[in-house]
Amino acid sequence: MTYAKLTSAACPAHKEPMRGFAAMAIRGAMLAVGAVALGGCITVNAPSEPIVIELNINITQEVIYRLAEDAGQTIEDNADIF
Amino acid sequence: MNTKLIRRIALGSALAAMSLGSLAMPAHAQGRDPAYAAARANGQVGEKTDGYLGIVVSPTPALEALVSDINIRRRAVYAERAQAEGATLEEYALTAGCLAIARTVPGEMYQAPDGSWQERTSAPPLRDPRCP
Repeated sequence: MTYAKLTSAACPAHKEPMRGFAAMAIRGAMLAVGAVALGGCITVNAPSEPIVIELNINITQEVIYRLAEDAGQTIEDNADIF
Repeated sequence: MNTKLIRRIALGSALAAMSLGSLAMPAHAQGRDPAYAAARANGQVGEKTDGYLGIVVSPTPALEALVSDINIRRRAVYAERAQAEGATLEEYALTAGCLAIARTVPGEMYQAPDGSWQERTSAPPLRDPRCP
């Protein structure tokens, strides 16, 4: 007495292509993505001028005015390097 | 008598000239190195907005050495004075840059706020609106 049914491998999962509107929509979307990836390359051109990050942008006019007198004296005291 | 007076005047003015000369000497010694003075006058170097010296023309090793030497010394002075004034190095350097650009003389080069090199004319230099 054998119970072949109990030991034999189960049927593999059945694959069936999607049908209907959803399938069409997904296929269309994939195609569109593929087309963009192939043809619509986004090109980024490096700027010809070097990118300068202005670190002094946050210095306020108030600070500059406060330091101006001392800085003027410093320039006069170090005339060899100014 | 007249000739004696003339002699005394001549001697006096000669002495005055000598003392003027000796007074002028230290001022000259404190001034710019001739190579630096020449590079400024030729427009090879210019004053940058950040308070340091920049090379305007295509750089040579001699110019690079000159500018680097002066900028190292400027930075040391800025750092010392900034600390004394309770400011940051950049704040002090930018302020000094404002003033250094204002003190350029016609023919010298300076950096405009947009980063371009400009030759100083008799007109006021183009400076950052925050400059005093």
